[in-house]
Amino acid sequence: MIAVELAKLFRRPRTYVITGLLCALPLIVAIFLATTRVPPPPGQGGAFLSAVLSNGALYPAAAMALVMPVFLPVSVAVLAGDAVAGEATTGTLRYLLIRPVGRTRLLAAKLIALIVFVLFAIVAVLLTSYVTGLALFGSQPSAGVALPADVTSLSGVTITPAGLALRMLGTVAYIVISMLSVAAIALFLSTVTDSALGAAMGALAVLVTSQVLVTLDAAAAVRPYLPTRYWLAWIDFFRDPVLWRDIERGAGIQLVYLVVLLGMAWANFLTRDVVN
Amino acid sequence: MIVTRDLTKRYGRLTAVDGVHLDVREGDRYGLLGPNGSGKTTLVRMLLGLVFATRGEIEVLGRPVPRRVGEVLPQIGAMVEGPGAYPHLSGRANLRLFDAAGPGGSRRDRRRRVDEVLERVGLAGVDRRPVRAYSLGMRQRLGLASALLRRPRLLVLDEPTNGLDPRGIREVRDLLTELNANGTTVLLSSHLLAEIDAFCTRVGVMDRGRLVLQEDLATLRRPTGRVVVGSPEPERVVALLDGRVEGRDGHTLTVRHADPAALNAELVAAGIPVTEFAPERRSLEQVVLDMTTTSADRVEAA
Repeated sequence: MIAVELAKLFRRPRTYVITGLLCALPLIVAIFLATTRVPPPPGQGGAFLSAVLSNGALYPAAAMALVMPVFLPVSVAVLAGDAVAGEATTGTLRYLLIRPVGRTRLLAAKLIALIVFVLFAIVAVLLTSYVTGLALFGSQPSAGVALPADVTSLSGVTITPAGLALRMLGTVAYIVISMLSVAAIALFLSTVTDSALGAAMGALAVLVTSQVLVTLDAAAAVRPYLPTRYWLAWIDFFRDPVLWRDIERGAGIQLVYLVVLLGMAWANFLTRDVVN
Repeated sequence: MIVTRDLTKRYGRLTAVDGVHLDVREGDRYGLLGPNGSGKTTLVRMLLGLVFATRGEIEVLGRPVPRRVGEVLPQIGAMVEGPGAYPHLSGRANLRLFDAAGPGGSRRDRRRRVDEVLERVGLAGVDRRPVRAYSLGMRQRLGLASALLRRPRLLVLDEPTNGLDPRGIREVRDLLTELNANGTTVLLSSHLLAEIDAFCTRVGVMDRGRLVLQEDLATLRRPTGRVVVGSPEPERVVALLDGRVEGRDGHTLTVRHADPAALNAELVAAGIPVTEFAPERRSLEQVVLDMTTTSADRVEAA
């Protein structure tokens, strides 16, 4: 069933369209930066953006900071919202279930396909932005990568390319977990409604609400529990030494959301009448 | 093959299926008839474990459903409320995906099995066009092919001839007849009397969620004890059979008579010309109209 879900994912043009769009955003930003050479003022604009001007090898991290807050969660919510509700709309859900595919298996396969999509999209963004970064901004000598001053507390700290790769790997893992909790929200809603659009919209509504509350001081009491609170905590991977506190809290919260929502999706899907 | 006891499904205050005792026997060509909204589709969905019953028991192929539905579904081919396919893939790709999704059915002979069922339903020459470009009839055939992929022992088909032209309907009926002759039990649900009449050996009639009738078709259509007689001289027939003529419509008379052969002899002996002579049988339509009340999609003024 997993193979079937992956085949469905990669035989659909929209998978590539979404990934292409995700890759296009950092590319557009890079072109503007490279032609004007106007860096955003420190502390404003996307993270790493001023640093990449001197070192293109950091551009993948900057690209992640660009797609992470909006673009990536939107595409994950759209795909995850479509996972079950979309099958119900095309009338294929009932035919899968009577093939038979167990409901738990179907849900698990959908989730794995979503993980694969997130990885695929992130890797595509990283690769294209790495190439873009090197081509447009050039690279420092291979001696090491200087961590950007607006991120690290100490400027001038350098890490080896291997160290950079390791930190990127941690970043990817952290982002995958964050996106999975988005996927879990949309997947749960997808088992509730037969409208793929409704499920995606519902998940986005949750995220937008959470983003708004994060910036609202009056909501400080609930802030640590909001799903988007620690979304950009992966930037701490690029501090020296790595600042683990927010990364650990963020990953913990995302895992709790993931487990609870997947449990809800599973319980709902298993007991639901399939009337579509 | 299929037995249900007191099967009931409620959606909120609406009772879609109400205390149904369905009994489909091995080798049957069972026709489930009923007006739109009478609960046929909900019943079929419950048999396949898609919808969970509010009350009652279901047994399919000797196993309780939905508890052990996973064991029986591989032996069932089904089409529920129209075919379903991924619109951006070709018919062949769809069948391969569905085949790969379920248990069993080795990858090695998948291509052969897919070609075989496409041939059976008359889509052998289908090209790489995506399903979204198919006509309704082609989709219907594809749905049927999907149901036949695993050579099921039991076929559950909900309105299988929807969207087919008369020749297509005939082809599907011939295919089902052939499958049935080879031992496949067929449960066919339809609101089209003619379809059930032409194919089934046993019918169940549903009305407002209840199974109001379940009988062999031959029993339903047994002679009514009346004989339809056509004669160019109806007055002489009336005179001869004084009092036994129950209806008259021009040259056609309906006569109550227990023994059609004796009646025929009597008429001939009296020298009355007979142009038409047949024992009267109730039509399936009459039976169904007598048993059912109203169409659920009809909305009367209060």
